[in-house]
Amino acid sequence: MSLSRFLAAALASTLYVGSAAAQTLLNVSYDPTRELYSEFNAAFNKHWQAAGNQPVTIQQSHGGSGKQARAVIDGLRADVVTLALAGDIDELHKLGKLIPEDWQSRLPESSTPYTSTIVFLVRKGNPEGIKDWDDLVKPGVEVITPNPKTSGGARWNFLAAWAYAQQKYGSEEKAQEFVEKLYKNVPVLDTGARGSTITFVNNGIGDVLLAWENEAFLALKEEGGDNFEIVAPSLSILAEPPVAVVDKNVERKGTRELANAYLNYLYSDEGQRIAAKHFYRPRNQEVAAEFAKQFPQLKLVTIDKDFAGWKTAQPKFFNDGGIFDQIYLGE
Amino acid sequence: MTSTTLTAGDISAARRGSPAGRILLILGAYLAFALFLLLPLLVVLSEALKLGLGTFFSALLEADAISALKLTLLAVGISVPLNLVFGVAAAWCVSKYEFRGKSILVTLIDLPFSVSPVIAGLIYVLLFGAQGFFGEVLEKYDIQIIFALPGIVLATIFVTVPFVARELIPLMQEQGSQEEEAARLLGASGWQMFWHVTLPNIKWGLIYGVVLCTARAMGEFGAVSVVSGHIRGYTNTLPLHVEILYNEYNHVAAFSVASLLLGLALIILLLKQWSESRINRLRHTAEEE
Amino acid sequence: MSRRTSPVIPGFGLTLGYTLVYLSLLVLIPLGAMFVHAAQLTWAEFWTIISAPRVVAALKLSFGTAFVAALINGLIGTLLAWALVRYSFPGRKVIDAMIDLPFALPTAVAGIALTALYAPNGMVGQIAAWLGFKIAYTPLGITLALTFVTLPFVVRTIQPVLADIPREVEEAAACLGAKPFQVVRHVLLPALLPAWLTGFALAFARGVGEYGSVIFIAGNMPMKTEILPLLIMVKLDQYDYHGATAIGVLMLVVSFILLLLINLLQRRIQTP
Repeated sequence: MSLSRFLAAALASTLYVGSAAAQTLLNVSYDPTRELYSEFNAAFNKHWQAAGNQPVTIQQSHGGSGKQARAVIDGLRADVVTLALAGDIDELHKLGKLIPEDWQSRLPESSTPYTSTIVFLVRKGNPEGIKDWDDLVKPGVEVITPNPKTSGGARWNFLAAWAYAQQKYGSEEKAQEFVEKLYKNVPVLDTGARGSTITFVNNGIGDVLLAWENEAFLALKEEGGDNFEIVAPSLSILAEPPVAVVDKNVERKGTRELANAYLNYLYSDEGQRIAAKHFYRPRNQEVAAEFAKQFPQLKLVTIDKDFAGWKTAQPKFFNDGGIFDQIYLGE
Repeated sequence: MTSTTLTAGDISAARRGSPAGRILLILGAYLAFALFLLLPLLVVLSEALKLGLGTFFSALLEADAISALKLTLLAVGISVPLNLVFGVAAAWCVSKYEFRGKSILVTLIDLPFSVSPVIAGLIYVLLFGAQGFFGEVLEKYDIQIIFALPGIVLATIFVTVPFVARELIPLMQEQGSQEEEAARLLGASGWQMFWHVTLPNIKWGLIYGVVLCTARAMGEFGAVSVVSGHIRGYTNTLPLHVEILYNEYNHVAAFSVASLLLGLALIILLLKQWSESRINRLRHTAEEE
Repeated sequence: MSRRTSPVIPGFGLTLGYTLVYLSLLVLIPLGAMFVHAAQLTWAEFWTIISAPRVVAALKLSFGTAFVAALINGLIGTLLAWALVRYSFPGRKVIDAMIDLPFALPTAVAGIALTALYAPNGMVGQIAAWLGFKIAYTPLGITLALTFVTLPFVVRTIQPVLADIPREVEEAAACLGAKPFQVVRHVLLPALLPAWLTGFALAFARGVGEYGSVIFIAGNMPMKTEILPLLIMVKLDQYDYHGATAIGVLMLVVSFILLLLINLLQRRIQTP
């Protein structure tokens, strides 16, 4: 009896996932994009139907970027992934053989429809007087940032701090010392960017949150501007969260056309405006100009120019035995 | 995990003893109860109702919350009956017969109880994940286990395997087999004996085990989190939905859904208390005879 | 009660077979898969993984906080069990019923509730902050979360034993001139100890593996407040399946040993 029930359940759920009458699209994304994609999905659905198609059901899944990539590799049937950094999507090729190696060249702007950067969120009135990266390593200042091992945003945070120290103090050794001091000031290391924001905003821990720019703006919006303010450091990093169609899954589900249309729509004027509205920096220059006032002007380093790309940066800094481990285990 | 309700005689006997010590101990019990149990409960309710009943109910009636509730009920509805049948079978062979390796079997039945829920999730990923042992076969036939209902059900079953068996084994051992033997000698078939003799005897213990099993199945977080895939509206159970809301600045909604789970937990406690009192009443009547 | 083989009672093959098949399919084979996966490692590799400083720190933290939480429950649980069994007072039935709340309450709910309570801006957290210490995001917070989750174990294992000790024995001892502490030492302690240890071990085993209630309150700092189950998750999220399974195997072996101990203890209770 139990076996037949079991099979029935298994069968029911394959139907459950696979064969709903309308097409479904699963977007597996990272933590801070929840609000962005809720709005974008509705807009895309309208656009898709206006082009004479059946309405689609768009499903969302969010979590730490590395965790999400792992779930897709383990069989979560994402039609598209929209993750925090290229390094995580590379794993879909390396470990899962789900996408070709040159996935980043298939869409414009290295497959990154919007960008962001890393800024500081401080408590109202900036009681610790935090203006730049140097203020984060002062004794007694508590810095909140997630764990670079599991969070994409945290890796951008780490590299932004590193880039600043290396430019200011001139060597890798000095940069490592600087970053080590910074992480000594971190009292809570959450697994994802959103967890860190909750820790800082809701649970009242820390003096400064290193955050995605969009995440910092969202926190201001959600919690009201009365409790926090944003501080832009003198130098930061151009954070590039890329997107990709997961070939193996769209082939199986027959959703390639839909998935392509979905990602392409991110580059449309409306898609760019929605991204800007949610405080992602649009790639489209015209849309960017419309929203120029919203984003502080920053000097930005890039992952490809200053760190020789994720393929070099990931093992050097974040894999087991990398610089982040040396910093933590050196204590 | 069984508790005992006392007879009036026990309690009046207990009234003796030094009054100062007694008052101190009772106060201590009140304090421990208030600090460790009441306070967390009140926090959930107060956070949920912070913005009034309107927000509270809209959080519960939101589409994702309802689909999470449905999924939770479905997972409970599949895993609890399976574990119920297993519990009866396991308790039957353990309590009615002697055989070699019995104590190992009992330990194995208990095993999931002390395995970390994260491991419970991990093992199913290792088995049914795309990179796992059966990954290729499942892929070939396009069957999805993890990140879909079967995975969630499997993880739920794993963590709740021992509950019914654990309640029934001591109860059935205590009751012995005389009544069943008598029924057999009077010509009852195996099934007749089970339905008319055994089942009425273990009824309340069974309900008690099912209640505990349901509670754990409903609330499982770690194991389900590993195999869920977190597709909102599709593979999120209620506890996972709570986490998501909590991570969305939706503090009040998170605690509203949490208080729904708290309400279910309190109902479960009531059911448990009721079935327990029935067990004790049966025990006492048995002793008086 | 005597247990004996009853040839007249049918169903041995059926029930034993079903039990074994069910258990194998759902529990043993999946767990075995973890061992098979871990067996791809050599001993040296396995040892390197589990002796890495971060793993050792998590190991100490998980076992340390679970031990302290079980100990706290050993005290509070005994107190609660004693008061519930020996005295009648207003609200006794309600408290008795509510003891099981941590079993019935989903751990995630416990997690966010305790974090709201003990975070520096929470009800209790504010008092702690005023006194100059932190609860949430420290091992203390983890210990408190584990204490909550495992609270019922000691109470529920001690209660029936305590109720079964005839008052006459204590009274007789007292009449014969035994001082209260002698009554405790020579009468109560020997009777209660096996049950107490069982409750303690159950709470400990559950505490080591607990995940849902802890991650919200722990702070998750490597080397400081990162528990073993979380480390498994972290390894998994880094595509480090070997690391995850190696730690999983370690935890499993430890919990199996604990469970064997518990069952031995329980047998001692049942056959005094």
